[in-house]
Amino acid sequence: MVRIGAFLVGLFFAGWLLISFLFGAYAYVSDPPQPTVEHEFHQAPKHVAFSFEGPFGKYDRQQLQRGFQVFKEVCSACHSLKFVAFRDLEALGYNEAEVKAIAKQWAIKTPDVDPATGEASTRDPVPADHFPKPFANNVAAAAANNNAVPPDLSLMTKARHHGSAYVYSLITGYQEQPAELLKEFPDAKTPEGLHYNPYFANLNLAMAPPLTAEGQVTYGDGTKPTVDQMAQDVAAFLTWTAEPKLENRRRAGLATIIFLLIATGLAYMAYQNIWADKKKAA
Amino acid sequence: MSFPWAEHYTPKHPLMQWVDEKLPLPRLVYNAVGAGYPVPRNLNYFWNFGVLAGLALMIQIVTGIIMAMHYGANDLVAFSTVEHTMRDVNAGWLMRYAHANGASFFFIVVYLHIFRGLFYGSYKAPREMVWLLGLVIFLLMMATAFMGYVLPWGQMSYWGAKVITGLFGAIPVVGEPIQTWLLGGFAPGNASLNRFFSLHFLLPFVIAAVIILHIWALHIPGSSNPTGVDVQGPQDTVPFHPYYTAKDGFGAGVFLILFAIMLFYAPNYLGHPDNYIEANPLSTPAHIVPEWYFWPFYAILRAFTVDFFFVPAKLLGVLAMFASILLLFFLPWLDTSPVRSGNYRPTFKKFFWILILDVLVLGYCGGAPAEEPYVMISQVFAGYYFAHFLIILPLISRFEKPLPLPGSITESVLSRHNIQGEQEAVPGMGADPQPSNAG
Repeated sequence: MVRIGAFLVGLFFAGWLLISFLFGAYAYVSDPPQPTVEHEFHQAPKHVAFSFEGPFGKYDRQQLQRGFQVFKEVCSACHSLKFVAFRDLEALGYNEAEVKAIAKQWAIKTPDVDPATGEASTRDPVPADHFPKPFANNVAAAAANNNAVPPDLSLMTKARHHGSAYVYSLITGYQEQPAELLKEFPDAKTPEGLHYNPYFANLNLAMAPPLTAEGQVTYGDGTKPTVDQMAQDVAAFLTWTAEPKLENRRRAGLATIIFLLIATGLAYMAYQNIWADKKKAA
Repeated sequence: MSFPWAEHYTPKHPLMQWVDEKLPLPRLVYNAVGAGYPVPRNLNYFWNFGVLAGLALMIQIVTGIIMAMHYGANDLVAFSTVEHTMRDVNAGWLMRYAHANGASFFFIVVYLHIFRGLFYGSYKAPREMVWLLGLVIFLLMMATAFMGYVLPWGQMSYWGAKVITGLFGAIPVVGEPIQTWLLGGFAPGNASLNRFFSLHFLLPFVIAAVIILHIWALHIPGSSNPTGVDVQGPQDTVPFHPYYTAKDGFGAGVFLILFAIMLFYAPNYLGHPDNYIEANPLSTPAHIVPEWYFWPFYAILRAFTVDFFFVPAKLLGVLAMFASILLLFFLPWLDTSPVRSGNYRPTFKKFFWILILDVLVLGYCGGAPAEEPYVMISQVFAGYYFAHFLIILPLISRFEKPLPLPGSITESVLSRHNIQGEQEAVPGMGADPQPSNAG
């Protein structure tokens, strides 16, 4: 009885799937799916080498500081960094006094309440504060940015596939819309106010090219601030904001794995030892 | 418990004798996972995965309880409390990555455990109850994992919750009220997050309870073995402790090394980047996919694209997805071959490997975007999945001529040693069914 019922159920599901397949295959052959413009022109991130790649890679503190400078002078005008606190910057090699000064001099102020009147006010950030947001809310952010809300950057490199390379590619990837794209997809012309970028998922990005000229930022350490260099540096900085414990993690991992290798080796010897009499041919 | 020659618990220390009189808990442990449980001597490494699944559950419970201390089950703060755990809690990143990857490793070992059971016929009499309880554990795990994935309240959490609860919406008439009731609203929100957190905390302990029943049911007939031949006497078994505790210790070491490599060096590899974007009900991700361990079932769900008269395709997909798991409950009565081990069933063995391939392809399609050719591939392979269990398997067990079985477990162990000398006594799952390495 069970087997007859099962046979009928199996026949139904398998049979109906076969029929669905035939429908699908017929549609696929008679009316093949048209390639989309994203499918044809979207590009995977460029290859770029970072110091933190590989199992033993570490952040380059100098690069993180340069990237932070790019974030401070360029990105932070529109993008928030809400999960990162000023105190976290000590990991970039700044000392306590420097962090205090960075917080105090930060262009965007931290929202507060006037202790006398109870009215909304602002104050200078302190190291314990997270980076203040450039816009009071999403409506204000959208209104100031051609109706697109600039996303928070704290986790950006983990929120995209190959995030570090993605950030670098996106910043350096702005270009004229290719002629063959317009020829093949005449309706896909980049709308007014958007910017063509083949590294962006739907190819048209509200953000204008943020890094446009060499020397837009003046580095203190003498590194030449080319657009490529600045893009790499800010991508490295945003990798750190997304994964600040990366070095602790890899260090702990190495110790753990060495310990486990030794422990497992001993466990294997114990196993062989205990089974020695059972494995001999009787 | 199971065999008359099992060693007896005889506490020597007066304190242990005193405890044994009042509460024989040490005796219970001794008989369950100690020297008092005789186990076939020829188990291969595929028998390690039960213990490893228990280990994975322990890892999940410990890391989960610690994370719950820092988590806020509220849709306004859930995402940022998870980030707080990652950044500001001592070793919080370790707990969270261990928990997220621990779920994946839990499913890896459980899937290997299930396929071990499928190949060696562990579901057959007299162990049907062990199999049924194992499936209950599997269903509870799936529910727990799904609800746990919602808790970080990222984009995939939110939209995954919406899609999965939407499955119930496919049920005619009562579907939408059920969906609303499950979510506590018309869309995932704070009420959903709160109840998912509550249940996600509860279910692992329910799983632990069903595991106790699973082991209890196992210990009535005793463990199966790679030959599928019944234990005939003391020469066929060894005490669980120290023999299998030692082997499981080694297995646990290998498991933990692989787990550590993933956890410390590729912790986000198995996750989806979209879940690092905070949940946004107004922005649908381009591709909504569940975690990898649900992909085969997700492929089956999406394979139904054509309405069956008045039954909409979506409802068929939902029914098929549930059926693909529920049919496993009937397996002991679908496979009627008296031979348990796939090593002695030449036809069964071929189809077993086709099934493995089938499930892997379904998994790949389930993770791919819902477009052609993946849907067509899913249709063919989902069709095979149902045909395998519901049509092919009953027919094989009827017509297949099994190979001769060894006379006893000991005979199979000894013949292997005589021919192959002192080799490692562990054949692979697909080992040739000759007595020489059929251990």
